[in-house]
Amino acid sequence: MRTLLQHSIERLLADAVTPDLLRAAEGGAWPTDLWAKIEELGLPLAAVPEDLGGAGASWTDIFVVIRACGAAAAPTPLPEAILANSLLAAAGLESPESGPIVFAAGLADAPLAAVPWGRHARWLALHDTQAGQIALHSLARARIVPDNNVAGEPRDTVTLAAGSLVAGAATSAATDAVMLGGAMLRSAQMAGALGRLTEISADYANERVQFGRPIGKFQAVQQQLAVLATQAAAAVSASEAAFLMATPCADLVTTASAKAVSGEAAGKGAGIAHAVFGAIGFTHEHSLHFLTRRLWAWRGEYGSDAFWADRLGRTLAARGGDGLWPLVTAALCGDQDR
Amino acid sequence: MLDQFGPPVLPPGLEPLRAEVRAFLADWGSAYPAEKRALSWMGFDAEFSRALGAKGWLGLSIPREYGGHDASPFERFVVNEELLAAGAPVTAHWIADRQSAPLLLRHGTEAQKQRYLPAICAGELYFCIGMSEPASGSDLASVRTKADRQADGAWVLNGRKVWTTNADRCQAMIALVRTDPASERHAGLSQILVDLTLPGVMIRPIKDLSGHEHFNEVTFDDVRVGADALIGVEGDGWAQTTSELAFERSGPERFLSAMTLFRCLVGAVGPEPDARQAVEIGRLAAWLIALRSMSISVTAQLVSGQDPVWAASCVKDLGTGYEQDTVEVAMRLIDSLPPGPQATTTRHVLAIVQSMAPSFSLRGGTREILRGILARGLGVR
Repeated sequence: MRTLLQHSIERLLADAVTPDLLRAAEGGAWPTDLWAKIEELGLPLAAVPEDLGGAGASWTDIFVVIRACGAAAAPTPLPEAILANSLLAAAGLESPESGPIVFAAGLADAPLAAVPWGRHARWLALHDTQAGQIALHSLARARIVPDNNVAGEPRDTVTLAAGSLVAGAATSAATDAVMLGGAMLRSAQMAGALGRLTEISADYANERVQFGRPIGKFQAVQQQLAVLATQAAAAVSASEAAFLMATPCADLVTTASAKAVSGEAAGKGAGIAHAVFGAIGFTHEHSLHFLTRRLWAWRGEYGSDAFWADRLGRTLAARGGDGLWPLVTAALCGDQDR
Repeated sequence: MLDQFGPPVLPPGLEPLRAEVRAFLADWGSAYPAEKRALSWMGFDAEFSRALGAKGWLGLSIPREYGGHDASPFERFVVNEELLAAGAPVTAHWIADRQSAPLLLRHGTEAQKQRYLPAICAGELYFCIGMSEPASGSDLASVRTKADRQADGAWVLNGRKVWTTNADRCQAMIALVRTDPASERHAGLSQILVDLTLPGVMIRPIKDLSGHEHFNEVTFDDVRVGADALIGVEGDGWAQTTSELAFERSGPERFLSAMTLFRCLVGAVGPEPDARQAVEIGRLAAWLIALRSMSISVTAQLVSGQDPVWAASCVKDLGTGYEQDTVEVAMRLIDSLPPGPQATTTRHVLAIVQSMAPSFSLRGGTREILRGILARGLGVR
């Protein structure tokens, strides 16, 4: 399943996500064809169990899809749709047949801030933490106040219209399920973007000639590229651990680790890539910023590295020094039920 | 190259072993103080190593016919990470178990395997590694210690090794030496097993900056070893040395050297940390979990027969930086700790770990050399 998913998403995004598409998306255009192909492949329903019409893939399998979306800077809410449909499924609700779906936590009668892709989405999976309910809402008549993150991705304030409720059900999901799920998605997207940054930075270092030789011949540049690679590797492993431990809700300890590590890696990695590319990478014309601006944006969404370090630190302190190692080993354990 | 990091899956069935090691350590270490645990895998206790051998926890992945246990690298991973997390004194057997035994298994003759492996697995035979020399540090291929073949097939060694950890407390060294006097660089090197009690071997401890003596200068003055001291193929020493790097560089000792300090710090901060303390210890925990994931992922690749030497170098570079970062965090928090015995112990442990920390990114290949290797793996050269 994992290999199949990886091949289909990577082929699709390699063909579809061009610099022109990314610029158009930043200008407000919705990539109709790309989304249609994503739905044709059934990807939004990847995490939904087969008896609810989905693919029944594990989060470990889905990791490669989310990572690929990050690597390609894909201008679509596929990660959001996968999580939204999974939240619905966990509450026993059916997913809508088509149309982009995103998620939020909050109250149905209050404005919902920073809803990803709100203006383009047709559906919203809303986690009402006070009522302990997951509900599917239509966004057809919702009021949208548009806003963007630093990468130009829509992060809108959404106010649901009266009568938007399609279906709702009680959920046993943790009150911070959306925050955790969002953090898990963003950490994998950052891991993907950092992996891609590593590749293109190494390639550029071999091509760009200064002082009569490729800049990759200089140890100063080599050392920086090595740091970029190790940061990318840490983001990959940390976020993969979080996906491995999702049951199906994101797990606190590994997700906190993933978001904290990927966020820090995003800051360091984007900085190194810009140093390697120099002035050309700082231009709007060059494609580097499609990745680096997303890394900056995703680092801050669903909890910054400091936010999750604080959460993890408090969890840890409550257990004391002798609880540290058992907490770490329980984070990735082959013997627990998943 | 990032493909070398697959899913960090620990197979099921390891937890009973982990519980057994933990129970053993709890029983053994009730009176073993944090100031000794702080030495991590530089703590020496032959009696402890023999006790581990008796439990069957050394030579885990060595075949039973040589005294080992035919266990998977994952079982070895679990035993070792538990020992390291507890700060148990493992240095006596560490190099023999990690490096010498797998090397002998892979390249040794049947006689060498039968002679050395059972004693290593029993925790009775300790090895050191003879690589660095006064003029050969990072530039290892420049080693000059030579072994001249005699008419009867024996070898006579002359030269000097330095920074040899535990040479004064081990029985044997596997030395990288030049067996072809006309050779240069990576060619003409071989691995020779030297009994350190032989005439002509002089071992002089070197004090480190904190006054501890754990590394040594070892001088060979016409040291005669038999023809059977050669390990593997004459002239293949460089390839044999580098073939074990994935094992050497990805293990939990590359990120758990400062674990006792972290553990003390968490305890000393107390159950209700302020925001600064929570962020600092939480960040360390986040990276610890990430590094452990990376190390598990590399172990999984080794189990499946891959050679993830690039990924292993990643673990070592990040892991040793993480260990040094633990000292940085402790320095930032030390004056914020509520006064009491835990704060006092943390101060002592910080002083010990801080004094060792510069070596974390020197031993086993410096940070800068590793990063050069990593860049080469990315296709940059």
